[in-house]
Amino acid sequence: MERIPILRMGQFLLVTIQVDMHDRLAIQLQDDLTQKISEWGSRGVLIDISTLEIVDSFIGRMLANIAAMARVLDAETVVVGMQPAVAITLVELGMALTGVRTALNVETGMELLYELRGDFHSEMGG
Amino acid sequence: MSKLPDLINRHEQEIHAEWLRQMSGAVRRADLMSDEEIRRQSLELLAAIANGAKSGEITNLDGAAWARVREILQSISASRAKLGFTPGETATFVLSLKQPVFSLLRQQLAATPEAMFDEIWKATQLLDKLALITLDAFMETREKFIARQQEELMELSTPVVKLWDGILALPIIGTLDSARTQVVMESLLQAVVQTNSRFAIIDITGVPTVDTLVAQHLLKTITAARLMGAECIISGVRPQIAQTIVHLGIDLAGVVTKAKLADAFALALQRTGKSVIDNDSGNTRKTLLRKEKE
Amino acid sequence: MISVKQETVPIANSSDVVVARQKVRQWATEMKFTLVDQTKLVTAASELARNALDHGKGGHMVIEKVENSSKSGLKLVFEDRGPGIADVEAALRDGFTTGGGMGLGLGGSKRLVNDFHIDSQPGKGTRITVVRWK
Repeated sequence: MERIPILRMGQFLLVTIQVDMHDRLAIQLQDDLTQKISEWGSRGVLIDISTLEIVDSFIGRMLANIAAMARVLDAETVVVGMQPAVAITLVELGMALTGVRTALNVETGMELLYELRGDFHSEMGG
Repeated sequence: MSKLPDLINRHEQEIHAEWLRQMSGAVRRADLMSDEEIRRQSLELLAAIANGAKSGEITNLDGAAWARVREILQSISASRAKLGFTPGETATFVLSLKQPVFSLLRQQLAATPEAMFDEIWKATQLLDKLALITLDAFMETREKFIARQQEELMELSTPVVKLWDGILALPIIGTLDSARTQVVMESLLQAVVQTNSRFAIIDITGVPTVDTLVAQHLLKTITAARLMGAECIISGVRPQIAQTIVHLGIDLAGVVTKAKLADAFALALQRTGKSVIDNDSGNTRKTLLRKEKE
Repeated sequence: MISVKQETVPIANSSDVVVARQKVRQWATEMKFTLVDQTKLVTAASELARNALDHGKGGHMVIEKVENSSKSGLKLVFEDRGPGIADVEAALRDGFTTGGGMGLGLGGSKRLVNDFHIDSQPGKGTRITVVRWK
């Protein structure tokens, strides 16, 4: 079964969601992420949704869940690149996603992660 | 069966000539439309009316036989609305067709006054209906035009200004209703993406009242921006507004608010790691910025 | 309203929800809705399709282009053979939350469309009709 790839970048994980996910795929991603955070001791997760044109309440909840579960495992989550139309729609839908940190793009997202969790400088694979 | 359809069809040219001849200067509006154009429009309309009448149906104009006439009336009134004709002038253009038609009827049916009266009545009904269709179309065009102007005005009245790298300002002038909020959100979020801005200062000096609804609209905008990774600061909060917010128990959900745009700008500068240096003294204007840290 | 043409999409599993989204997107693009309006409509479709699947035990969606005197729009009808909704008002009520149950999907979707109508009775399934005008 297809899975969304999770890239390891030093102490952080990077996930790029590009496909129109069906529910099973979303749940699989949640599972995979928590598993990897645990396995690699990651301190942060960056989720890039810049090509996602639709975020409904299910996906919204998935993002909130990922952030909450990661936090329990002592990792910060930053969601980046939400498209304007998606943000407007989510707000209208009633989802504020207050527990999820956000940033404009991958670059600023990584900066934020370093600010939050990069208290030691490690090289890739550290 | 009415004799009208037959009469109109057989004497089309006569009617047209008489129509043009009788048309008063007021209806012609030579300043807005050339004689040639009027001649062409009236010819086209009359031909379509004659055709529609051929179907025999002259009371109910909703059917397919009269579709072409409705189309022409629609385009005549739309174009005249744009040119600056008044609704009255446009309707009168159609109504003035009564004169030549009545003359024709009087001529043809002089021997049978009852029939003549009957046909004149039918003709009046027909032309009145056509005039009303024209008026409705005219109003619709005007309304669409006004709606479009209002939209443009809304967009113009919410400019998004780049104050510095990564810092935008959005001065809102006027009331913030739900329609306007949509426009505001779209402009702001587009600008955030295009300029890669982390901060957006929403200045509400020009917003007359902030009640629970307006606060909701503001919060929507702020939440949408936050979802994209941009933080909003509200500035221009007048003392009365501050009082209203407290009295109404409005919760601004942790959004930073400042009385002055300048203060909001200073805060945003500091948060993006910038400081202002006084060239003469070489002193960095840290005093204001340092206060923010507290 | 005069309907001009329509398409039916079955909703039997979660992949169908994705198909439903894509179909609505296709129709909305063809009708040249603005991007924000498209996003709102497709998102509403996703919510309602998922609702028909999860709470309605499956059903179908009908997409139809509609027109009234001055404008054109897209109408979506979601029908399921599920248990029905006992308290429609409660189902539509929701607040600003970070996540939630059925209430969020329905109440939220209502705000994403122009016209919203629910027909539901316990034991008789549910039909939800929404329209977004251009």
